[in-house]
Amino acid sequence: MTKAPHLMKNSLGYAAEPEANDGDVTLRPAESPFQQVRLEEGPAGRKPRPFLSRRNIIVYGTLIFVSLYYLLPLYVMIVTSLKGMPEIRVGNIFAPPLEITFQPWVKAWSEACTGLNCDGLSRGFFNSVQILVPSVILSIIIASVNGYALANWRFKGSETFFAILIVGAFIPYQVMLYPIVIMLREIGLYGSLTGLVIVHTIFGMPILTLLFRNYFASVPQELFKAARVDGAGFWRIYFQIMVPMSLPIFVVAMILQVTGIWNDFLFGVVYTKPDLYPMTVQLNNIVNSTQGVKEYNVNMAATILTGLVPLTVYFISGKLFVRGIAAGAVKG
Amino acid sequence: METSISIKNLALSFGALDVLKDLNLDIGKGEFLVLLGSSGCGKSTLLNCIAGLLDVSGGQIFIGGRNVTWEEPSKRGIGMVFQSYALYPQMTVAGNLSFGLKNAGVPKAEVEERVNRAARVLQIEPLLSRKPAALSGGQRQRAAIGRALVRDADVFLFDEPLSNLDAKLRADLRVEIKQLHQKLHNTMIYVTHDQIEAMTLADRIAIMRGGRILQLASPNEIYNRPASKYVAEFIGSPTMNFFEGEIVSGDAVRFMTGERSFSLDGYAFGDAGLKTGPAWFGIRPEHMVAGEAAQEMPIRLDGQIELVEPLGSDTLVRILVDGQLLWIRLDGQAEISHGDAITVGFHPERANLFDKASEDRL
Ligand SMILES: Nc1ncnc2c1ncn2[C@@H]1O[C@H](COP(=O)(O)OP(=O)(O)OP(=O)(O)O)[C@@H](O)[C@H]1O
Ligand SMILES: [Mg+2]
Repeated sequence: MTKAPHLMKNSLGYAAEPEANDGDVTLRPAESPFQQVRLEEGPAGRKPRPFLSRRNIIVYGTLIFVSLYYLLPLYVMIVTSLKGMPEIRVGNIFAPPLEITFQPWVKAWSEACTGLNCDGLSRGFFNSVQILVPSVILSIIIASVNGYALANWRFKGSETFFAILIVGAFIPYQVMLYPIVIMLREIGLYGSLTGLVIVHTIFGMPILTLLFRNYFASVPQELFKAARVDGAGFWRIYFQIMVPMSLPIFVVAMILQVTGIWNDFLFGVVYTKPDLYPMTVQLNNIVNSTQGVKEYNVNMAATILTGLVPLTVYFISGKLFVRGIAAGAVKG
Repeated sequence: METSISIKNLALSFGALDVLKDLNLDIGKGEFLVLLGSSGCGKSTLLNCIAGLLDVSGGQIFIGGRNVTWEEPSKRGIGMVFQSYALYPQMTVAGNLSFGLKNAGVPKAEVEERVNRAARVLQIEPLLSRKPAALSGGQRQRAAIGRALVRDADVFLFDEPLSNLDAKLRADLRVEIKQLHQKLHNTMIYVTHDQIEAMTLADRIAIMRGGRILQLASPNEIYNRPASKYVAEFIGSPTMNFFEGEIVSGDAVRFMTGERSFSLDGYAFGDAGLKTGPAWFGIRPEHMVAGEAAQEMPIRLDGQIELVEPLGSDTLVRILVDGQLLWIRLDGQAEISHGDAITVGFHPERANLFDKASEDRL
């Protein structure tokens, strides 16, 4: 798998830019004596394709168009966030800033006002971190053990348990919103971060359990049997055999949970109170606050800041993410 | 002989599917037993039951005189080798070998000593620090055998350990397993599809079908006196030739098939003695001769060569006799070709008679 993209790059390179190699004669396949002999005998090898072939135009055209579609809004946001208000009022939104200022970013982070306070996004950021870290860790730990037990230790009623869990994934959130408010209130956690962490952990459970179960089920059964003959029990097999083999799926689960929980708005609003609102809610309140003029530059900066965490996670673990998904797909 | 493993009335079902039915089996101490049977007949299931990896639905299993029916796999005194090697990919070979010992709380120095000893026996010492991914198929299977070996188990269970290897390596490892058994004298149960493995390794072979043991006997006995038509067809390649007909007893006992009649003079009937009536007459390809030798045989058939398969050591020939195809095995140097007329002969001593209805040996 790791080799394929590399190979493809090479073959594309030869096809797309035959002249580009002129300086480096030894690297050109056509210059090798072997190739020369073959060429004299008759046609051999791949026909060199001009760069501006119809196929290339279509492929690259589509790619460029799609990239623009996704990158343009981001460009507008970044550019706007670096402008001062006067410039925004006069200028067109695509124009680069005449005078770069980081003031909107500072303001978005620490000074912007919602209807209730003027702490900027920072308060929401730290709330979100306090929600995110325990929720992600807790949900992944529980779901992976769930998935492992369901895949490898077919206990009595495990199929039923799994079926119920999966049905849980299809119940609309709206249905459960209010009952959970009551339940949290009864146990005294309504309006606290702990309550929200519990909610996130529970809501992540069906999909994560399914993910882990399918991954562990694709691990050869004989490995599990061998470990049992070797005297390893439930936890030892989990920690020493299964977990070390399953890094990619843990990364996939982490990305799903980080982005899902970080981007959550609904649960944040419903289950916490204003001084504990997560960053997304804080962002909404800043953008929608009705005092004075709309500060587009601050709003843009605040939005980018809020999106930064999932973005960073993607960049750091994107490769592992793709590998994990692919592994799941191939082994089914 | 002292028994090592004793299985009594074992039954196992997956839901509605009864895979093992009332199975009884006694295996002697130090015996090499091979389980042979077609795919899906329950060989792996039986092995997993003995190992304790499946919960039985009924019956009992004794290992070394101890009832282990509900014992944990690790407490049964067994070592197991799997078809897919099942080496822990994130551990080195040494880690794989020592995993079970560490779990059992064996002291560190002893673990090391036992791992080294097993590695020496299997000649995998230079590989101890490598991960399984960096090993060849044969080396992996050696490491997997090593993992069973370090346990100092009385009983070894092998589930098709060689079927993922190429033919040459399979032959080499087969010999090594046999030597290992001669050295260690522990009880081995070995599942395979491969007749040659079964014949060469086994003290006794158990032929299984549909969750039952059809015949349990030495390789020689199974080959020469198969207990049923199924066993006769299963063992031997090319498969045994069969004639459909009837046993009649007049002044001499004969087998009537179509227009022909074979003398059964010399055939050793089983304990039940002579039984007349519809039957199958079976003769192995290698028990038929052609050319001059055929003239001296009590039973002769004239036919035409339909296909020749030279194997070097032997030549397999398919002949057409009265609309029926027969395989015969001739000398590798036999000079024959497609379309020739041929006379083949055989002796009733070598025949196998099976009852038409029950397909049991007569
Ligand atoms: N976990 C299971 N659930 C349901 N049925 C099973 C299970 N494992 C095996 N079976 C069924 O039990 C029967 C016996 O399987 P088993 O694996 O013992 O066959 P086998 O003789 O080892 O075959 P092979 O030579 O192909 O390995 C098969 O029909 C199989 O489909
Ligand atoms: Mg099997």
